[in-house]
This record gives sequence, C-alpha cells and structure tokens, in this order.
Amino acid sequence: MGSLQLKSIRKAFGNHEVLKGIDLEVKDGEFVIFVGPSGCGKSTLLRVIAGLEDATSGSVQIDGQEVVTTPPAKRGIAMVFQSYALYPHLTVKDNMGLGLKQMGAPKAEVDAKVAKASAMLSLEPYLARRPAELSGGQRQRVAIGRAIVREPKLFLFDEPLSNLDAALRVNTRLEIARLHRSLKATMIYVTHDQVEAMTLADKIVVLNAGQIEQIGSPMELYNKPANTFVGGFIGSPQMNFIEAGRLGDTGAKTVGIRPEHITLSRESGDWKGKVIHVEHLGADTILYLETEVTGLLTVRLFGEHKYDVDDTVYASPDKAAMHRFGADDRVLR
Amino acid sequence: MSKARMSPLRSGFVHLALAAYTVIALFPVVLTIMNSLKDKNAIFRTPLALPTAETFSLIGYTTVLKQGDFIGYFQNSLIVTVVSIFFALLFGAMAAFALSEYRFRGNTLLGLYLAIGIMIPIRLGTVAILQGMVAAGLVNTLTALILVYTAQGLPLAIFILSEFMRTVSDDLKNAGRIDGLSEYAIFFRLVLPLVRPAMATVAVFTMIPIWNDLWFPLILAPGEATKTVTLGSQVFIGQFVTNWNAVLAALSLAIFPVLILYVIFSRQLIRGITAGAVK
Repeated sequence: MGSLQLKSIRKAFGNHEVLKGIDLEVKDGEFVIFVGPSGCGKSTLLRVIAGLEDATSGSVQIDGQEVVTTPPAKRGIAMVFQSYALYPHLTVKDNMGLGLKQMGAPKAEVDAKVAKASAMLSLEPYLARRPAELSGGQRQRVAIGRAIVREPKLFLFDEPLSNLDAALRVNTRLEIARLHRSLKATMIYVTHDQVEAMTLADKIVVLNAGQIEQIGSPMELYNKPANTFVGGFIGSPQMNFIEAGRLGDTGAKTVGIRPEHITLSRESGDWKGKVIHVEHLGADTILYLETEVTGLLTVRLFGEHKYDVDDTVYASPDKAAMHRFGADDRVLR
Repeated sequence: MSKARMSPLRSGFVHLALAAYTVIALFPVVLTIMNSLKDKNAIFRTPLALPTAETFSLIGYTTVLKQGDFIGYFQNSLIVTVVSIFFALLFGAMAAFALSEYRFRGNTLLGLYLAIGIMIPIRLGTVAILQGMVAAGLVNTLTALILVYTAQGLPLAIFILSEFMRTVSDDLKNAGRIDGLSEYAIFFRLVLPLVRPAMATVAVFTMIPIWNDLWFPLILAPGEATKTVTLGSQVFIGQFVTNWNAVLAALSLAIFPVLILYVIFSRQLIRGITAGAVK
C-alpha cells in the first residue's frame, strides 16, 4: 500500500501557471524527493497531493484510487511542515493523537500508537509538555511523530529541516532515513537543498518553472544530467559550463564539466590559467581560475593543496566525465 | 533581559511627556470623582479642591441610589455591552476568517464593503433603524440596542481581526485539515486562541462607545425598564436645574464596571503580546 500516480497535473493562480502538466509515478515504499529552486512549484505540487490545494486539472491517484475530490483527512496521508505547525494549546501527546481521535479511534488504540511513535523518536520524556516548552529539534520530532501515529499510506514532508540549525539538520536527516527503512513507508519530500535530496532519496524529481526536468536516482542525476539545468543544480560546487566553440567542439552548444573532474598541475595541462581565489575546507580545496580558453573555472581538489592567488596553473579535464549539451540545452548522447 | 541604556536626559524627556499625557487623560476622571464627593456649594465655589471635612458629602450617591432604579440601569448597560461585544466579536471573527482564509470572487470588494462601516457613522441611519425597530416590535427592548451595537462594532472587528488572521500560520490550519478537523474546529480551536490579543483590542474599542452611548438608548429604548446608565443619569440634568451632585455621582459609578471590563481585556492583551515575543 502507498503508491501514487499523478497525471498531467496543472495548477494556475489566476493567469499565472505554477504547474504545467506534471506526470509522475511513485511506487510503494519509495522515498521520492522533489527538488528545485524556490518558486518552481514543488511545494504547490505537494499541496495538491495532500489535497490542500485543488489542481486546475489532472488526476491524483493514491493506491489506484482517484482522490481529487477526497478531503485531505480521508486521503490516508500525513504531512510534516517546515514550521512544525504543532497545535500550541495541546500537549505533545494530544498533538500526536489528535488525528486518530478525530477519526474516532478508541482511546486505548490512540494511546498505544502514540506510545509506539514516541518510543521510536525518543519523545517519551516530553509527552506532557506543550510545544512552547520544546526546542526546535524536539518540535520537529513531534511533528514527525504526529505523522507516524496516523500510519498513513503516504508521508509528505514540506522542507522539514529548513528551520533547524546545521548540526540538528544532519541528525534529523539521519532519523528520517532510519524511519524510512524501519517503516518501509512511501515518502514524498520537498526540499531546495540538494544535499538532503542526494542523501535521502531513492528517486529525485528535479522541478523547474512548474515542469519536471528529470527523474532519476541520485547517481543517475549526477552522472547523466538530462540538461544544463539539472547539471547545474545537482552537485556542489556547481558544474562548469563552457561554450563549446571555445573548445573547438562544433557539434554542441555548451560543455559541462564538474569541478571535481578537473586535475591541476603547475607544469603542463590543457588549459593554462591563473588562480583568482582559493577556499581551503580541509577535506577539499576549491580553486577559482581564470583560464585563457574557458574563462572562469571552478576546480575542486581533494585534500589540502598549497596554491595561492596569482599562481599560474594548468587545468586538465577528465574527458570521460564531460557532458555535451545541444542548442536546446539538452544533453547530447 | 537587558536593554541598551538610554541617556538619563532622553529617558527623562520621555517620562515627562508620558506623565503630561497621563495627567491630561486622568484630569476629567479625577475631577468627576472628586466633585462627586463634595456638597453642592463646594462644587461651584472650589471645583478644583479636594473634598475636605467640611465639604465632604455623599448626598450625590444617596440621591442616585434612592431615585430611579440605578441597579437596573447598570444591569441594562452591562447586558447590552457584554452581549453586543460577544456578537460583534463572534460574527466579526467569522467574517474575518472567511475573508482572510478563503479565495473567492469578490473577496477584496466584500472586505472593502465591510470596512466602509468604519467611515460612515451608523447614526446616519437612525430614522431607518427606528422605523425598522418599530416594524419589528423591538422598540423599548434591549434586543434593539444589542442589534444596533453589534452592527456598529462589526466593521472595526472585521478590519482588525482579518489583518491578524492573515498572520496565523497556514501550515497550522493545514495540519488541522489533515488531522480531520472541520473548518469550524479550525476556526474555534486553532485560530481564535491565537488571535486572542486582537480580540481583546477589538473588545476594548467596541465596548467604550457602547457603554457611553446616549443616542440609541434615548431613541430606541427610553422606557424605564430598558434605560441604560448614561440615559438614567440624564434624569438629573434638567433644562433649568441640574442636580450636579447626582450627575457626578452617577458618572463616577458608571466608570467602574467599564473599568473592570477593561482590566479583564487588557490583561489578555498584555499576555498575548508577551506570549508572542518570548515564544
């Protein structure tokens, strides 16, 4: 249980079209992440799946059941919000149990499920507290707990980690990954953070301007971006885009090469250039070069390297890891 | 919580301004109460003096309590004020929720239409209101006053509350929808508690003009059984002779219930503000 089909979902606010025909299939137990820049429609799409927004046209099926006219509470979903959205006047326990209570579940069953979920998230010490007495990380765990208690067919996460600080974000990310493994539930997760997307997802859906740019596993997107948008969006630092003409390649419009697929040497190489800025991160060293052939070029070296600004260096790309894009910005294979 | 220190000179000026304002605001109230405790000659001879042993007199209060049914008037005023506030807040909040929460055709226009009531005084419609009340057989009932005051309070209530309701997190309301709360439950159980400070503000703004109003009680409910305090006090103001002791005593007494109501609401107001700030 827990599959999802979207067929040509369109959504317009007035004359502004936010979703321009989304088709997607999510299999039972998959962890799917919608990723894209702000304003690409990913949150709107999640809201359409949840039933919080009506799509202008298109069909949403959960477990093969058309749910377009079903209210959110009857769709068998649970949602975790960026702002936690806990009920401020209820205790943690009542926050988690409210959904089941509304469905008319007997009190013993509600208590049992709340106890199970709070054990999973080690929330037992806080059950009697109100949200105002919890830290940000604890609040988000309560919000996740509230979703678990409902035992939904679909978990929907709307940027759940954006309000947490960096250390907590990593912890909560691990927690979500662990939950997905132990619950084996279908999860749909929206984020603008590609690290979250790469680390959590079975399948990433890259959205841009209301359209799906590419669907694939994290490594597929990294190794075989379908177009320049996906190439630039996935991977950090960003992929270098070089005008193909400058490299003497007349068949393509743009050539993309990731910063980690370039090697540097002081003696010889393909592209001669000058270092204009260096970032020492310990594990990585990131260099920004101005080369004669390619213009500005980002290079990522592993480990520590002693390069200084104004050093003359030679950069050589790994030819096998180059991506060629045509005039329509799609990859040439 | 530590604050940046202000220079003593600057804070001195601020306090001076605030103190001056307080004096100006309190002066008429203090004068009324002071003079209500003096005999008639002292009121006219030394209106600004405190009551002394010679001039002290409770004659005003005894007159007020003896003459007419003042307890009844107070009751009427309280019933009218409290019930009107209740309905103005309830219907105002409901309309504000609809305006702020739902997208529908004519939303902005409807909001503007409802806000126009802030600018156009309801008294312009007195004749029509009176005709309506006569036709409905509501003249000389408290219901007539409650209906008029509810209508009078609604525009401001809707205007202020809809602004506040826009600030209530959409996520929270959506979480409620996913948990199966009905729109009514979302309104009463999630949104209303969060806009309580705004409700208190509206209650205060609505309450004072209702309590002080003379116009509508005089026109719609002048009967003995439905007189409000403000109207009841008019007994002592004659065309030729005015019983100032009694008038001042009645006014002093009339301050207290509204003061108590204000204290109740302003508590809410302050609690709401700090709850939001400290989080």
